[in-house]
Amino acid sequence: MAYDEVLSRFDPVLGLEVHVELNTNTKMFCGCRNEFGGEPNTQVCPTCLGLPGSLPVLNAVAVESAMRIGLALNCEIAEWCRFARKNYFYPDMPKNFQTSQYDEPIAFDGYLDLELDDGEIVRVGIERAHMEEDTGKSLHVGGATGRIHGAEHSLLDYNRAGVPLIEIVTKTIEGTGARAPEVARAYVTALRDLLRALGVSDVRMDQGSLRCDANVSLKPLGRKEFGTRTETKNVNSLRSVERAVRYEMTRQGAVLAGGGEIVQETRHFQEADGSTSAGRRKETSEDYRYFPEPDLVPIAPSREWVEKLRGTLPEMPWERRKRIQADWSLSDAEFRDLVNAGAVELVASTVDAGASSAEARSWWVSYLTQQANNREVELAELPITPAQVARVISLVAEGKLTNKLARSVVDGVLAGEGEPDEVVDKRGLAVVSDDGALTAAVDEALAANPDIAEKIRGGKVAAAGKIVGDVMKATKGQADAKRVRELVIERCTV
Amino acid sequence: MPNISRDEVAHLAKLARLAVTDDELDTFAGQLDTILSSVARVGEVAADDIPPTSHSVPLTNVFRADEVRQGLTQAEALAGAPAAEDGRFRVPRILGEEQ
Repeated sequence: MAYDEVLSRFDPVLGLEVHVELNTNTKMFCGCRNEFGGEPNTQVCPTCLGLPGSLPVLNAVAVESAMRIGLALNCEIAEWCRFARKNYFYPDMPKNFQTSQYDEPIAFDGYLDLELDDGEIVRVGIERAHMEEDTGKSLHVGGATGRIHGAEHSLLDYNRAGVPLIEIVTKTIEGTGARAPEVARAYVTALRDLLRALGVSDVRMDQGSLRCDANVSLKPLGRKEFGTRTETKNVNSLRSVERAVRYEMTRQGAVLAGGGEIVQETRHFQEADGSTSAGRRKETSEDYRYFPEPDLVPIAPSREWVEKLRGTLPEMPWERRKRIQADWSLSDAEFRDLVNAGAVELVASTVDAGASSAEARSWWVSYLTQQANNREVELAELPITPAQVARVISLVAEGKLTNKLARSVVDGVLAGEGEPDEVVDKRGLAVVSDDGALTAAVDEALAANPDIAEKIRGGKVAAAGKIVGDVMKATKGQADAKRVRELVIERCTV
Repeated sequence: MPNISRDEVAHLAKLARLAVTDDELDTFAGQLDTILSSVARVGEVAADDIPPTSHSVPLTNVFRADEVRQGLTQAEALAGAPAAEDGRFRVPRILGEEQ
């Protein structure tokens, strides 16, 4: 169904669940290393493998990170809470249960304010943030696509099993209408920025350290009861979050308009075409037979501890943006462009590395944004660092590079040719500032164009342009055009 | 008072991956009912000032420092596995229960 038609008949209702892996040194309940990318089953021990006789002990830093996340999301911190066992049989958890929190999350009832692309602020309520552990990784063998269907057997790596995970659940998000997909994306973006500022996670969606499940339902306009929802799992990029919500809205709209019913189920997002496909029918929560975890004692954070942690909260991303906007003297619109280009932090780091904010901003939003677009990657994914951009800017300021040469240096860095100074050397890009060499080139060009030389000598300074052009050509653009012009006039007036 | 039905026992058996015969459903329904009724008597004596108890020792906030401890090697981890392949535990294919 066309998107506009969906909106003419229904209100979209969203609920977003974000799982974030903490960047602690060790796992949630054992001392195994918490690190992405190790050889399979080399970061495991009897506890995370669920071997008999092993007992979990809670990671103090993970608890502090969970509380700091809760505080940053304006949540209440529980005075007393417990872990629970979520029982299910699936080989990604060798214990046959996941240690999680059920009805007593460590943080609850908060909110996060988001700014949309046009500056509109939307407040998203936070239902809860609770602690749990990540599962192992399954590899399905024998199926055509590596998916579970048609697989002959599965292979399990438990390095990730037991990694500290915080699940952050929003309250239902209503009334966003046509902007629902954009709100979903803005929420995950704001949460990612917040978690990064807190320093509690790598927040790498591509590596799975930040994952989003999107619950979507449609409510006929004017009705009060919610429709049946679906949960699209593991949407692994910011853009995909927006696409998945939009796709589910149009899919559900078509089903409902055709007199059909939405089935409560999990769905899988297909990165290739932006669609979702049916997964497992949703078990009700009772089927997990949650019960309090007997092997872990309750957590009762003192109010002193909570306030101490509140004191460790960094400047929040939105506060930081306000301050930066003022520091750089930008209008709201200029600053929003910077935000939408994903350039704020890059420009800030470039300024920290010594560049002026105007130069840094100009590089990131024009030339580098073009390069990112050409490569179809996010600006931050370009293989150039703010420090390298700052170095290029300083080379220009010192007169060692022209703007044109500077772009060539940036191209070299992007092509993996090394640091800016190395690229200058390797590509032979330094400005020819040796007056002797330039004067020779100027004399040569004047000799080759006697008529023009005569005009300049006769006072027609405007004619110098042709000579400057020839000199620039002869020096392959590596001369400072302003200096060349001065030399041309000098040579014609002596 | 608890009153466990055959259907509930069948459902729980399915969730716990237990094969239970029709006869056993009746037996277990009766037995579970007796057990739950016995436990429910606790509720009769528990006054309002006694909170539900999940842990028998009055301890809270038991934590571990975030320090890496040597675990198992891959060979040790896989030593007890019925089947392994490429450094991973090998399990039969999983049908219809994707998490």
